[in-house]
Amino acid sequence: MPTAHLRVWRGEDDGDYYEYDVEYGEGMVVLDVVHLLQAHQAPDFAVRWNCKAGKCGSCSAEVNGQPRLMCMTRMNTFIPGETITIAPLKTYPLIRDLVTDVSYNYEIAQTIPELKPRPREADGTHRMGQVDIDRGQEFRKCIECFLCMDVCHVIRDHEENKREFAGPRFFISLANVAMHPLDTNPQSALLDPAFGLSYCNITKCCTEVCPEGIHITDNGIIPMKERSIDRWDPLRKIFGGSR
Amino acid sequence: MAEYESHDYDVVVIGAGGAGLRAAIEASARGARTALVCKSLLGKAHTVMAEGGVAAALGNVYPEDNWQVHFRDTMRGGKFLNNWRMAQIHAQEAPERVLELEEWGALFDRTPDGRILQRDFGGHRYARLAHVGDRTGLEIIRTLQQHAVHRGIDVFMECTITKLTKDGNRVSGAFGYWRESGKFILFKSKAVVLATGGIGKMYSITSNSWEYTGDGQSLAARAGADLIDMECIQFHPTGMVWPLSVRGILVTEGVRGDGGTLRNSTGKRFMFDYIPPMFAKETADTEEEADRWYTDKVNARRTPDLLPRDEVARAIHYEVKNGRGSPHGGVLLDIATRRDEDYIKRRLPSMYHQFKQLADVDITKEPMEVGPTCHYIMGGVRVEADSAQTTVPGLFAAGEAAAGLHGSNRLGGNSLSDLLVFGKRAGEHAAAYAAGLAAQPAVSEEEIDLEAREVLGGFDSQGTENPYTIQRELQDSMQALVGIIRVEEDLQQALVKIAELKERSRNVGVEGNRQYNPGWHLAIDLRSMLMLAEATTKSALERKESRGGHTRDDYPTAVKEWESRNVVSRLQADGSMSVTVESKPEMPPELQQLFEEG
Repeated sequence: MPTAHLRVWRGEDDGDYYEYDVEYGEGMVVLDVVHLLQAHQAPDFAVRWNCKAGKCGSCSAEVNGQPRLMCMTRMNTFIPGETITIAPLKTYPLIRDLVTDVSYNYEIAQTIPELKPRPREADGTHRMGQVDIDRGQEFRKCIECFLCMDVCHVIRDHEENKREFAGPRFFISLANVAMHPLDTNPQSALLDPAFGLSYCNITKCCTEVCPEGIHITDNGIIPMKERSIDRWDPLRKIFGGSR
Repeated sequence: MAEYESHDYDVVVIGAGGAGLRAAIEASARGARTALVCKSLLGKAHTVMAEGGVAAALGNVYPEDNWQVHFRDTMRGGKFLNNWRMAQIHAQEAPERVLELEEWGALFDRTPDGRILQRDFGGHRYARLAHVGDRTGLEIIRTLQQHAVHRGIDVFMECTITKLTKDGNRVSGAFGYWRESGKFILFKSKAVVLATGGIGKMYSITSNSWEYTGDGQSLAARAGADLIDMECIQFHPTGMVWPLSVRGILVTEGVRGDGGTLRNSTGKRFMFDYIPPMFAKETADTEEEADRWYTDKVNARRTPDLLPRDEVARAIHYEVKNGRGSPHGGVLLDIATRRDEDYIKRRLPSMYHQFKQLADVDITKEPMEVGPTCHYIMGGVRVEADSAQTTVPGLFAAGEAAAGLHGSNRLGGNSLSDLLVFGKRAGEHAAAYAAGLAAQPAVSEEEIDLEAREVLGGFDSQGTENPYTIQRELQDSMQALVGIIRVEEDLQQALVKIAELKERSRNVGVEGNRQYNPGWHLAIDLRSMLMLAEATTKSALERKESRGGHTRDDYPTAVKEWESRNVVSRLQADGSMSVTVESKPEMPPELQQLFEEG
């Protein structure tokens, strides 16, 4: 059996990287190796995981500096003998080992405007064409792994910006409501500047790391920025008119 | 005295998958002060992994479909061990529950005329599953999650309940710990809803996550509630088999619903050899007819690839056993030669992704290797059909934690609809029950102290047993001895092993401190898993026949008398599980008639 040389973060903010050698089997992913580490060497090693199939977005971490789902990162993608460094997501305050405090996400989720659907048709159904919901379905593929939030430079190194910046995952949530074919909520189209969309300068880092391949920037953020300009442009306020 | 924080509620819902979320939404909507407590972060529960769809007789694709046909399919799929009233309610209410999700923002795939599209699935007579590609569970949990967040329901995330408290015969609260800090928390509550899912983690090959340690079933049993039919476990026919590290991960039945077929190592479509008499009349017996059925449901009968899951799982087991398996001990699931690349990628995007990333297999070009994986328990907490109340007043259960709807075998797609229908009912009746109680029932300090001491036991002891090792040994034994095919000798042997592991688990040692410590959490969860492993094994010994997910090699056929009997498990004072056989409610004549009509 091959041996993985792991370098993993242990402890809280004052913790450090610890090195472990873990024997592993064919076809394994990084999360398997972390489980082996727990079972045989470090039973109290803190890590989040659930589905182990890339569907729940729980096991996010920084593997050799890259934001990754550990369950979808195969061991054979590393050079044999290479040290594999596993660190917690940097954007969020550390709790212990690989587990971070993600309560920020849930606070923002509460502020996203709620869908207010138009009434049903006379036959009790809602009619929507597949073509009209393709974009919405793309946004709704989000598994909330928050890798996009981890790489976003607006919040990664700037704790103070979190107060006024919803972040890429939630721009997608906003776009989902705003572009929903049934929505009639005036709030969702309003796009409050408090969400901080203007901080984003379209570097597309979020899109690059999305394990679901959602075009966060092109299909979510940019169209929302365009609407936001329509809505909040001071010249338009003075002279009126809309596109 | 144990130190803990304390909260007061009318209704506490334990578990935040589909059933728990739906229950909390309903209880809250009916004015109950509601708390939702879950072991993981909100939105990560097992529902997120459901792929194929939610079964509801909307009749959008086949107007011939209606609740009676859905009811009939569910009962036949469950080999008539189902609670008929639950099956009736489920079939009648599923359509409205699905439409309601659409009001809350869910975007299901559409028919050409803009209505909800429905897909074929095993055991369902008509295309009945509303779906979103192969990620329907994600859509449902996200929709419910967002809806719940806006209702102002208090959510306690990463919080594990280890004990229900009682005041006399009533439930009075729930006690547990925060995973993050390890500190204790008490919910004083008039009513409690269990929506904690299943028990898959007592098997080594499973599609279930770490959370599936049978918390709800064991909390209920320790509170004095009945469990039924714990022997009825579903082994989903198609889990991944290679590489070993992903063994058990689910491959949706939607692959077969969308045209995929099972082949053995000789290339033969072997399901034609395994059509049971009960389904012979409606199942195609030639490949030509089976393939025609996908587009012509009127003149062709359905493909045997879509027989109910228990039939397909057994067939795969026998093919492998008789030397006709694939290189890594499964069979081949082929959609590559039957549908074009675009269609496969559009209909099954996450299957494409999963095989490509985890197994280096391109499912648009090569077959998948698949085999049975422990997926679902049909048995669980005994509930009253209309109210979802258990045999303990104030204690309710819904979703996989509850038993009855699915009988001895669940049809694909009937789980997501179960969650919605009975989650809503559990929330509704828990709120009504709570409203009927004048005062908050009492919680005994003594009871809490005792539990706190037990939960912390592993830290104080000089224990030498590793909790991970005990879990691994339990999983290996259950897999080998209480798996898809069972015999008396193996089951007896399993009981000996479980007793040994129970003894050893008293000597578990925990390293580290109480802060986010998975080793400690597992040490606590072992208690539930060992208790339920015993219940499952004893129930499997008791049911001397083969029915649905329970197959006895020494009693290979279904026995008519057992159709009307539940095996009931109860926790005894000495910590062991007793099993007794009781007769179940009889179906009224007007529903009986549905089966006589064919």
